[in-house]
Amino acid sequence: MMMRLQKNRLQAASWKWTPGKVIGYAFMYLFALVCLIPLIWMVRTAFIPQEHALNLFKVAAPTLDNFVRIWNAASWSTYYINTFIIVGGVLLMQFITITMAGYAFARLEFYGKNTLFVLFLTQIMIAADVLILPNYNTISGMGLANTLLGTMMPFFASAMGTFLMRQTIKTIPFEIEEAATIDGCSLFNMIMRIYLPMLVPCYIAHGLIAASYQWNNFLWPLIVINSVSKRPLTVGLAIFAMSYETGAQWSDVCAATFLTVAPLLILFFIFQKRFIESFAYSGIK
Amino acid sequence: MSQRQISVQGPQREIAKKWRVTRLAWGLLLPSLIFLAIFTFYPIGYSVYMSFFKNNMATYATGPQYIGLANYITLFTQDKVFAASFRNNLIVAVVTVPTSIALGVAMAIFANQVKVGKGAVRVSYFYPSLLPMVAVANIWLFIYTPMYGLLGYINPAWHFLTNPSTVLGALIVMLIWKQAGYVMIFYISGLQNINSELYEAARIDGANARQTFWKITWPMLKPTTLYVMIITLTNAYKMVDHLYIMTKGGPGNSSNMLLFYVYQKAFDQSNTGMASAITVVLVVILLVITCVQFFTQDKRIFYA
Repeated sequence: MMMRLQKNRLQAASWKWTPGKVIGYAFMYLFALVCLIPLIWMVRTAFIPQEHALNLFKVAAPTLDNFVRIWNAASWSTYYINTFIIVGGVLLMQFITITMAGYAFARLEFYGKNTLFVLFLTQIMIAADVLILPNYNTISGMGLANTLLGTMMPFFASAMGTFLMRQTIKTIPFEIEEAATIDGCSLFNMIMRIYLPMLVPCYIAHGLIAASYQWNNFLWPLIVINSVSKRPLTVGLAIFAMSYETGAQWSDVCAATFLTVAPLLILFFIFQKRFIESFAYSGIK
Repeated sequence: MSQRQISVQGPQREIAKKWRVTRLAWGLLLPSLIFLAIFTFYPIGYSVYMSFFKNNMATYATGPQYIGLANYITLFTQDKVFAASFRNNLIVAVVTVPTSIALGVAMAIFANQVKVGKGAVRVSYFYPSLLPMVAVANIWLFIYTPMYGLLGYINPAWHFLTNPSTVLGALIVMLIWKQAGYVMIFYISGLQNINSELYEAARIDGANARQTFWKITWPMLKPTTLYVMIITLTNAYKMVDHLYIMTKGGPGNSSNMLLFYVYQKAFDQSNTGMASAITVVLVVILLVITCVQFFTQDKRIFYA
């Protein structure tokens, strides 16, 4: 009772409006608005008739003309499919590798555990982003240059995902496993039937992070892919945008940009809480 | 399989069991290890090895030629592009890290307290970090375009991206915009882990808002800050996609970055030896950043 009273009073006290607080609030609201300007402007330019694109104060009915025009100018549907394949393929492989590795680190005591743990850490310190040159040599040595598999392969193992998995499995009581072994369950069955359902939040968290990373990845696919039919969205967008010289066709570029960001952004607007929780979850060590 | 039973049957059985578990564990780790070996460990070693060779268009016919540390000596004493990129990376790190952290903390505190439009505020702070860098680059290129861009409405004569003295600053503003919301996320969960009794005690002692922040909130957020510092510092060396769209490192390398220079050396100029040497420099920088953080972390963490 006493505690609750104090808590109420505390809240009351922290909600007293001081001039400093009013200015702070106004500033942070304004800042939120400023952060939105680039998005609003990009969306406006994508949907406004081309002839009004450069007139900031012009109000016009939205149109899909820009999208129709660019859809015919580049193979966007192919780019979409390639991005989906890359995101899906990487996620699928990562889910398998991180479940296995995460289980081993969480539940088993074995020789070499600490050494392997440090080796896994290396991947977090030195991400594949930096090793573009040697990895390109490896991929082309395997005959996988200009393939989607070559684009995906360096990301099939994820130390970040493994550690996330390990953390989550550790929170599941060990007794569950003992009950299953007494029932004569094999390790594979046990992971599939008992752990998998409990790990769904972890898969969602890691899935969202890994999916947005792959969706947005640019430099690596730019290097690996050199044919139009294998390009993911980011590479397609970059090359499409670069095809304009100065006096650029901003309606087209904004429409293309919109195509590239829309799926992920719309998902984010709908599952805002889930996204933010997932990214926060990845930071807990 | 029950652990208790086996432990009474002597150390030999114990060891035999541990070997069994070891085989199982290594089996489970093997798929990850294979990919880590091919795409993380081997490439680091390969870059170090290749950095001792002269391997460019000139040696195309004869094959790579061993030259010891000559690539590194060239980089650090003669290569002006490397010097510029090194300096630019340093500036980007020194400016974006503290700014993103300060903004991230402010955003998190506000997003935690605010009653009206909480969701909308979080969305507008966070969404930039979900956009592909290439898309961000297109939007900001348009913003910075003289005459026609958004800033052109304020002053049509501004040429931020083509002026060597303003280009880096213009890109840094964009990078902070993209990154601050991401930093905010970690501070939001950091704030939620602070025990509210601490604030109560501070209030009873009559502490004002500023004292409460510097004496309680900021010290209690230290673990979060250390984690965020690793992320933002390493990001400062990894974010280069925008250069491809916006400046190509120019004008006159005034916005070039080490990783983009690797890309140029390796894939535009086919100079594998030099590109490897720059990769090694990058790897060392990233290792130093993360190791310093990891080793200093434990001593300074405040446990709630």
